[in-house]
Amino acid sequence: MATQRQSEVLSDDEAFREEVQAFLRDNFPEELKNKGNLLAGVDGPTDESTTQEAWRKAVGKRGWGTPTWPKEYGGGGLTKAQAKIIDQEFAKAGAYNPIGGMGVMMFGPTLLEYGSEEQKREHIPPITRGEIRWCQGYSEPNAGSDLANLQTFAEDKGDHYVVNGQKTWTSGGQWADKCFAIVRTDKSDKHKGISFMLIDMDAPGVEVRPITMISGTSPFCETFFTDVKVPKANLVGEEGQGWTIGKRLLQHERTNIAGGGRLASMMGGSLGDLARKHCETDANGELADKVLRDKVADFEIRWSSFLLTARRAVEESKAQGGVSEISSVLKKLGTKLSQERSELLIEIRGLQGLGWEGDSFSDSEIEAVRAWLFGKAATIYGGSTEIQNNIISKRVLGMLDHQ
Amino acid sequence: MAVLNEEQEMLRDMAREWAVNESPVPEFRKVRASGDPEAFDRSAYATMAEMGWTGVIIPEEHGGSDFGWLSAGLVVEELGKTLTASPLVMNTVAASAIILGGSDEQKAKYLPRLASGEMIATLAVDEGAKHDPSAIETSVSGGKISGSKAFVHEAHGADLFVVAATDGLYLVEKGDGVSLTTRRLTDQRSHADITFDGAAADKLAGGGDSLLDDVLDRARVLTAAEMLGMAQQVFDTTLEYLKQRVQFNQVLATFQALQHRMADLFADLAQMRSAVEGGLQAVDSGFGVARAATIAKAEANRVLHTISNQGIQLHGGIGMTDEYDVGFYLKRARVLEASFGSSGWLKDRFAKLSDY
Repeated sequence: MATQRQSEVLSDDEAFREEVQAFLRDNFPEELKNKGNLLAGVDGPTDESTTQEAWRKAVGKRGWGTPTWPKEYGGGGLTKAQAKIIDQEFAKAGAYNPIGGMGVMMFGPTLLEYGSEEQKREHIPPITRGEIRWCQGYSEPNAGSDLANLQTFAEDKGDHYVVNGQKTWTSGGQWADKCFAIVRTDKSDKHKGISFMLIDMDAPGVEVRPITMISGTSPFCETFFTDVKVPKANLVGEEGQGWTIGKRLLQHERTNIAGGGRLASMMGGSLGDLARKHCETDANGELADKVLRDKVADFEIRWSSFLLTARRAVEESKAQGGVSEISSVLKKLGTKLSQERSELLIEIRGLQGLGWEGDSFSDSEIEAVRAWLFGKAATIYGGSTEIQNNIISKRVLGMLDHQ
Repeated sequence: MAVLNEEQEMLRDMAREWAVNESPVPEFRKVRASGDPEAFDRSAYATMAEMGWTGVIIPEEHGGSDFGWLSAGLVVEELGKTLTASPLVMNTVAASAIILGGSDEQKAKYLPRLASGEMIATLAVDEGAKHDPSAIETSVSGGKISGSKAFVHEAHGADLFVVAATDGLYLVEKGDGVSLTTRRLTDQRSHADITFDGAAADKLAGGGDSLLDDVLDRARVLTAAEMLGMAQQVFDTTLEYLKQRVQFNQVLATFQALQHRMADLFADLAQMRSAVEGGLQAVDSGFGVARAATIAKAEANRVLHTISNQGIQLHGGIGMTDEYDVGFYLKRARVLEASFGSSGWLKDRFAKLSDY
């Protein structure tokens, strides 16, 4: 019986796979093949072409950009297995998911969990259609790793709040329509004085200044709030619940930063293949530089076991019905390894791999340099490696607080 | 920890309980003190066989349970935690050679006895101090084997040797034409150089050209499982020690320098476990075995090396004493790191498998 049931499930999945393939044939334009908008969330406004817009709308209409979100709010209402099929088929066709950004990765899942019915009806559908860009108002000049030290204050004015203060490292702040922010509503309690609210970026009193990074890009901003009116309807959860909600959202962020599979697909082909392309090989077809060869193999072995670890964390979480204790190490490991990979990519190409600008460098060479530099942020944001180490040692290993 | 089925959980729990209660490190100290080059307790091994651990990968028709490599790894990991000295790993690997390459007659003749513990087998491949399966000179002519093998694990207790010769693997029984020279290594376990001088050799004719590699890959993943148990134990013991040792009026666990080092080791250990379990599962599935086994042993080498060193450092002076167990793990660690592929050798193999 079991096998029969299995084959029925399989055939359901196969039918869905065919549906996805048909959708891609009908809607995915050839000219967008193998072009991503992976960095659209932070890398600037994609001046959307008509073709791109049509593709975004087609995917948004089905809710397939957010396949597992509930259908009633514009999601796909699909199972994880079906979502995986979408991933696989899109990848096969060289099609990117046009629905992305912080709304999808972080804010949406959190609002689905904590938002009121009205808030979900208002905010989730535009995310599923890729119409609204969200940014994150968390860090402040004096609240980085010590995030709960935030001082941006929302004063209660009856039917609305008046917000004053400064946020920083606001990714994509200059292009965002809205901001999910944690702000202080009570100065007497560090954690319980924090609330989670939604702020319109075009509200009077919001000012955004892009920060130029070492990579030469300006994906982050400083955001200033001066007497900004925020309606009470934009408070998510209760007043004082902001730290709990905010931390939950960070879990989504960490999962996304670490997310093995995605990271792997973003990283492209094997380092070994690239090295063979750019470096001398000996008579056996092996890299002639044996030191580099050893480094590449050393990296790839550790990268492989990281992917296995990410897979294991998922399997364990599923089996236990809760978060696996090794999830806590994924962010720390994944970000470190991706930095190491960037370093090797540079090293493989020699000085040709350090181009800043100009026609003598290929797009992929320039991109590798910018990504190498920008990648230094990965071990800082989303809870730095040092903060992860604190979390692992105290919460997982039960090592005591300093007394 | 990989997601286990009920059988596997029972097997692991049984092994854990037995290792902790019947085979804790003081049992290894007894073996060491006896000075017996065989270096294991025969009655303990008989008990292990009774519990079915010697037959975990052997097919049921030949007296085993056919639970597979992940299951075998679970048992070996638990025994590794307490440094249980036994030929279980080598016997299992040698049995796999017969399963992969043996004729029906060879299987029927040897596997039931290996599964019951009545007979012990080991693997003899390398001919020098470094793992190099491409440099084998031992040869067979007219059914007689001649040559020498170096640092063979569990050689003293073995009744049967799976021997790599220039043209494949052979079964050689202990007896005329087989002589052992004990090599006492830092782990105080059984190792010997073996000279074969015209001993009768029975070829494992099946299994194809990759038989030796396939058997060595099994040696790699099961050795890595033992190393995983050792690394886990050193980590756990060290963590416990940091939580009770007081200096400057504080337990050491409160110091951030030590907290972060333990967080690093915890992450390393997670990688090692994933790699080792991935290797065992690959052998069970038969897909990508060479690559997975290389990753498993390479990660085991890297992480156990670090953890065994940090175990001593974090214990401080007491970790340097023979009275304390942590040093035993360091000494066994290096022997296993050098066996069936050092880190350098494994990286070279990984690069070759990846065509660079």
